[in-house]
Amino acid sequence: MTMSDGPRAVVAGHGKFAEGLISAVEQITGMGQMLTPVSNTGLAPTAIEAVVREALASSGATVVFTDLPAGSCTACVRRLNKLSPDITLVTGVTLPTLLAYVMGASIEESVARGREALGTVEPPRGA
Amino acid sequence: MALELFRVDDRLIHGQVVVGWGQPCQLGFLVLVDNAVVNSEWEQELYRMGAPPEMDLYFDSVESAALRFADYRADTRNGLLLTGDVATMAALQAKVPQLQVVTIGGLHHKEGRTARLRYVFLTPSEEEELRALAARGVTVVAQDLPNAPAVSLEHVLAGDGTG
Repeated sequence: MTMSDGPRAVVAGHGKFAEGLISAVEQITGMGQMLTPVSNTGLAPTAIEAVVREALASSGATVVFTDLPAGSCTACVRRLNKLSPDITLVTGVTLPTLLAYVMGASIEESVARGREALGTVEPPRGA
Repeated sequence: MALELFRVDDRLIHGQVVVGWGQPCQLGFLVLVDNAVVNSEWEQELYRMGAPPEMDLYFDSVESAALRFADYRADTRNGLLLTGDVATMAALQAKVPQLQVVTIGGLHHKEGRTARLRYVFLTPSEEEELRALAARGVTVVAQDLPNAPAVSLEHVLAGDGTG
């Protein structure tokens, strides 16, 4: 799969969240280039909107993964989404979700992978 | 604690407010004072979706917040009142003199603003508004999170964006 025909997306969040997740995707799959990171650090809401809009335009993506449902990136993408309903927004993104997405799963399948991967692991019996 | 936190934050209701302050301070309600949001059901729904179900959100204009201030203060739950800019907080304080401490939680970079702290950028007019608040006897500090030190207005205005 090449970048031109693969799924693309913007990953937006606090601090180095997006950069870190994408570096993990790159390490595991070599497909980090399909994802464009956006950080809200130091940016006012109007500036976050502008950066996300630019990231969508430059990458050709129509999907945005954000970290917190209550985060400023999510609020900004929802405002963009009001004007451009073709943008798909996924909140609470995790590494398993992103891995599934870059490997070709649909949005719904990718979200399901993230949910399935989240859990506690019980200690071995007798430990 | 009741309603004792008065925060200026251009991101309004977001992660730092809901999680960073909301959980350690056990906030039961938020009051968002914003003349645009109070007139937009869509904007209100946007912020409701981001808040946990146990946290009530109230939306007010400056005028309605001033009228309801005593009720908010009488609420036994911990609460935080937010405005998106200094002018709105100053307008509210002018109507509610018992509002005596204002915290700048986040005013981020945009054109015309100068960096004062890592999370505080101010225009000259915003700096004047903050000085005017202080001249009215209001304690103005900057503090993004509960476990961070509160920075005095004097130090904020002397800052170069690295603090």
